[in-house]
Amino acid sequence: MPELTLVEAVNLALARAMADDADVVVLGEDVGVNGGVFRATAGLQRRFGPERVVDTPLAELLISGLCVGMAAQGLKPVGEIQFMGFLYPCIDQLVNHASRLRHRTQGRLTCPMVLRTPYGAGIRAPEHHSESTEVMLAHIPGLRVVVPSSPERAYGLLLAAIRDPDPVVFLEPTRIYRAVKGEVEDDGEALPLDVAFVLREGRDVTLIAWGAMLKETLAAADALADEGIAAEVIDLATLKPYDEETILASVAKTGRCVVVHEAARTAGFGAEIAALIAERGLLSLLAPVARVTGYDTIVPLPRLEQHYLPSVDRVMAAARKVVGFG
Amino acid sequence: MDDTPGSGQDFPVIARFEVRRRSYLAPDGAPLRALPSFASDLDLLLALYRGMVLTRTFDLKAVALQRTGRLGTYAVSLGQEAVSIGVASAMREADVLLPSYRDNAALLWRGVKMEEILLYWGGDERGNCSSGPPHDFPFCVPVGSQAPHAAGVAYAFRLRKEPRVAVCLFGDGATSKGDVWEAMNFAGVWKLPLVFVANNNQWAISVPLKLQTASATLAQKAIAAGFAGEQVDGNDVLAVRAAAEEAIAAARAGGGPRLIEAVTYRLGDHTTADDAARYRPPEEVQARWKEEPITRLRSYLVSRKAWGKSQEEQLAAECQERVEAAVERYLATGPRAPQTMFDHLYAELPAVYA
Ligand SMILES: Cc1ncc(C[n+]2csc(CCOP(=O)(O)OP(=O)(O)O)c2C)c(N)n1
Ligand SMILES: [Mg+2]
Repeated sequence: MPELTLVEAVNLALARAMADDADVVVLGEDVGVNGGVFRATAGLQRRFGPERVVDTPLAELLISGLCVGMAAQGLKPVGEIQFMGFLYPCIDQLVNHASRLRHRTQGRLTCPMVLRTPYGAGIRAPEHHSESTEVMLAHIPGLRVVVPSSPERAYGLLLAAIRDPDPVVFLEPTRIYRAVKGEVEDDGEALPLDVAFVLREGRDVTLIAWGAMLKETLAAADALADEGIAAEVIDLATLKPYDEETILASVAKTGRCVVVHEAARTAGFGAEIAALIAERGLLSLLAPVARVTGYDTIVPLPRLEQHYLPSVDRVMAAARKVVGFG
Repeated sequence: MDDTPGSGQDFPVIARFEVRRRSYLAPDGAPLRALPSFASDLDLLLALYRGMVLTRTFDLKAVALQRTGRLGTYAVSLGQEAVSIGVASAMREADVLLPSYRDNAALLWRGVKMEEILLYWGGDERGNCSSGPPHDFPFCVPVGSQAPHAAGVAYAFRLRKEPRVAVCLFGDGATSKGDVWEAMNFAGVWKLPLVFVANNNQWAISVPLKLQTASATLAQKAIAAGFAGEQVDGNDVLAVRAAAEEAIAAARAGGGPRLIEAVTYRLGDHTTADDAARYRPPEEVQARWKEEPITRLRSYLVSRKAWGKSQEEQLAAECQERVEAAVERYLATGPRAPQTMFDHLYAELPAVYA
């Protein structure tokens, strides 16, 4: 089986989906000849033509709105926003239309679209290129928010997102676009949405993360094992709607939980998970839930961004603290 | 005086544009010029007339329902019936309508039932699961945000080589939004089968057109997007219908998009939640009543001896009856169980909702 980077796996899934289904259309800025600024759409236009791999004008609201119109007509559009920092004009379309078209027409019109965007800090990019505001999207009923953390899951989850009959925002962690490699078989098999993946089993503490933060979280779990702490690692993968049961089952076993995300702390998705555990898993807790997050500040420019991002050390420290609690 | 930058020097003029204004009937119903060919079809003219009268009867009843607590906020189309009717009557069933919230007339023309429209404004999503063409879009409340959808719909037609056209209606206020521009720009690039209709009723709630734009016409906004714009007398249903017919035919034939600016006037309040007397003088509204579309077409039909007092009375009674019957069906619609608010949230409710 070939070893692929995460971005290559995205490309493979797009090619597969387009080959399998003539209704799949890719659109966005520079996605055509240029193959996307991160090369996620490389080669697609040559293979599928400029009408199915559409270089749009520079207009993000348009990209998301086109997706809604195309999807209502039964196409399966996959829009690309170059960076999450430029996704905000799409929020109107996502909140007011994509997420509710099925609901407001009671099933008469539907919106099987995917909006992909690279997201997150740590690639020494210019200002506005390091956002991780996934929680804004995860707040929207009717939407799915999916974040892959490995090439294999990027392939399987993107296929699932494209085949899903409802709108999906697919957030691709830029920092690990090329930093992780893995074997991916182009078998057209989708992975399930709405399901968290237990990447590592352990009985002492549950570590929950998604996207690029799995890199630090898995490294922390390795190092904690050397200290005799067996960490269970969960990749949440779908943030909306998210897999409550896998989290609760794990916490029931370990009694301890650390949530790791690079987004700012206040009202981040970690708060949602902590609330879930407080509501439905309180009695299995042996220690307070800990959050290791980005700080409540603007993501700094590259000179300071490594200080902003949660490190392996911070994850380990939090894990030790909850394990040693009481 | 020519204030074009560079004028008075020998730089060449590299672009010139013009925008025309189409009208056939004067406010008193007198033909101003040769009428479009469909005007010889008396049945069609009568259908347009009936459509406008039914819409007005329905609108006024809806306001009455709101005033008596039996309907939520409602946006009347008083005085603007010709725009929606003229446009909708030029469409085919397979075409896709993307209306604003004020296009009751177009929805009714396309087969949406009056009780369905009432159900929506009465606070029930089931009103949007309507009897009109299943591919039509429902009312759009976020101003102008339906324009990019229209471009996506038209793109699908183009991709599949289907001889269908998307028709998108929005107000003068909407033309200030990026949404509308982004959609027009894209439609121009891809020569999409898409007709944009700007219903220029002079007002966006309390904001008059002159605070909306310094552009001499809304029609000319198409020019920057690379296609033609035309202004029509929006109180002349023949002008709206003729312009829409031509634009839709051109779009269907691969000629790309067009923008029609239909100049009309909002005779009513913005919605039932608005009191227009706070921001515009009643005299202005009074003066505009002289131009409204229903009297205009009736005068013309009377002059052609195709209409008279008895027909008018019969039509009024018939519309009243149809509206009352629809209101009864609306009021008889049973409530929904609270848990149905989760119906159709997703194709299948995710496990976590169980
Ligand atoms: C994006 C957005 N902003 C504000 C509003 C509130 N609002 C509703 S209608 C309206 C005026 C719209 O004017 P116009 O586009 O001319 O349409 P008209 O109401 O005259 O038909 C406003 C500001 C809205 N619905 N959507
Ligand atoms: Mg207006």
